Amino acid sequence: MINRRARKRRSWLLLLLLIPFIVLLWPPFYNYWEPSFIGIPFFYWFQMLWIIITAILTAIVYLAGA
Amino acid sequence: MINWVATSVFIFFFLVVTVLGFVAARWRQGDLNQIHEWGLAGRRFGTIVTWFLLGGDLYTAYTFIAVPAAMFGLGALNGFFAVPYTVLIYPLVFILMPKFWSVCKQRGYVTASDFVKDRFGSNALALAVAFTGILATMPYIALQMFGIQVSIAALGIPLTVPILGLNVDLPLIIAFIILAAYTYTSGLRAPAMIALVKDTMIFIVLFATIIYLPLKFGGFGPIFGAVQKNAQVHRGTFFAILSDKQYTAYATLALGSALALFLYPHSLTGVLSSSSQKVVKRNAAFLPLYSLMLGLLALLGYIAIAAKIKPLAGFGSNGAVPALINASFPDWFAGFAFAAIAIGALVPAAVMSIAAANLFTRNIFKEYINPDSSERQEANVAKITSLVVKFGALIFIIAIPTAQVINFQLLGGIWILQTLPAVFLGLYTNWFNRWALLIGWAVAMILGTIMFFAAGLKAVYPLALGSLSLSSYTAFIVLIVNLVLAIVLTPVFEAIGARRGQDLTSPSDYDEERAPVEAQEPAPEALG
Repeated sequence: MINRRARKRRSWLLLLLLIPFIVLLWPPFYNYWEPSFIGIPFFYWFQMLWIIITAILTAIVYLAGA
Repeated sequence: MINWVATSVFIFFFLVVTVLGFVAARWRQGDLNQIHEWGLAGRRFGTIVTWFLLGGDLYTAYTFIAVPAAMFGLGALNGFFAVPYTVLIYPLVFILMPKFWSVCKQRGYVTASDFVKDRFGSNALALAVAFTGILATMPYIALQMFGIQVSIAALGIPLTVPILGLNVDLPLIIAFIILAAYTYTSGLRAPAMIALVKDTMIFIVLFATIIYLPLKFGGFGPIFGAVQKNAQVHRGTFFAILSDKQYTAYATLALGSALALFLYPHSLTGVLSSSSQKVVKRNAAFLPLYSLMLGLLALLGYIAIAAKIKPLAGFGSNGAVPALINASFPDWFAGFAFAAIAIGALVPAAVMSIAAANLFTRNIFKEYINPDSSERQEANVAKITSLVVKFGALIFIIAIPTAQVINFQLLGGIWILQTLPAVFLGLYTNWFNRWALLIGWAVAMILGTIMFFAAGLKAVYPLALGSLSLSSYTAFIVLIVNLVLAIVLTPVFEAIGARRGQDLTSPSDYDEERAPVEAQEPAPEALG
């Protein structure tokens, strides 16, 4: 029972991994020049930021579920 | 003119990794006459070694040369899609690869083709997967040799030397022989060990360039200002951000490439050499550090625009970043940077040739040529095949114009993605009929190749629905065709009596929790 419960919680967390797909595969979300950050246009820094966010999401799923 | 200081530094580091490559045979000693020892290093790599190996294996000459070059020559669409691409890889790895690792571990598979054969009970489908893997890997290895070629040219060393009246690509052939020799003797242990050096060197070069160069040009503001100006001058060919007609191309390039990467034999070999499914999962969280590196390296292409760099002659945009390094740094550092790029190409080239050799040995030689071969014979065939594959890539790079090398690597991407239904969906279901999968694969392979040539050797096909432009990554378009055929034809084949094959795997084989963990050495020893 506990095992199954833990599994249920894990499968819910896997949905977190969908977020980067939704954000990054819809370019209209981030295809802008402004606001820029230290001179880097939004289009570029926003996608690089998602490298870090996705790594953190993956780590959360790992630590919480597996 | 040969730059002697840079060349000396370059040769020094090349010699260091050559020695390492041979020493690696004695690292965590195993019987190198067994294919899983030679070709998977005994499946004993822990989190740290796997991180270096996969990082060194996945981030190739494509990352160091082709991505910044695309940024330099074409801008946002063709260059920067590599960032969402290398972000989306890791959630996919986290979900798919522990399952793949578990079933391969529990049933002793060495290749994806081994898995497909048992899962769908089909020799023909297994052969198709093995064939595609080898075929798609060849131009990828050629791209690595191209990376080495660019580095050599950047040092001012002539690419060809006249011997007996013939122009021989001597420097490249020397690099090739060194690579071939230590891969032959040490197997996967060699690139794993060299990856430690490669990654360290690449990170040093990255930090130096990405801090020093923007300071030199007055920060990122002026650099992107130059990029914007460049987009106005080259309207229609160079894009500072996406035009609204490029959205589908950008998204399908990112998603299609992310799905394709872990179908490549060299990626799967990296995964299978790790000691547990936990190692794979941890790496899905840690490997994005390399993607950050890729994103920053991509910006070097833009810095080269701001610096008004004239690319090295003969390499098109691919000569931009090497020329930038030559123009901005002292000779000794340029030598170090080019050594980093060349060694950066050696590691994946070695893993790719090992992976292709594993495929040939397990799924073609043992299956069709000599089914009774002993383990020793198997390992020998794999070693020799790794030589043949590399030699094939060498011929390829010498024979075809350098500007085309990258295009053929894109074609390889179109091919490898067509094994997705059998390999990735196979991890979840055996519902598909083997013949439906095979036909889907065959149609997609042919159609993808035709579309690639029809688009003028480009991986983006100008698809349009009426006035709506849906230009997309060809690999992705034909994957949809492939999937539709597999789904529609499965009930058809069942109805006419061509039954599904027998599934030799059982559900518990896929259970990540039950998969055994290989004993690994404690971390300090693992690094030594």
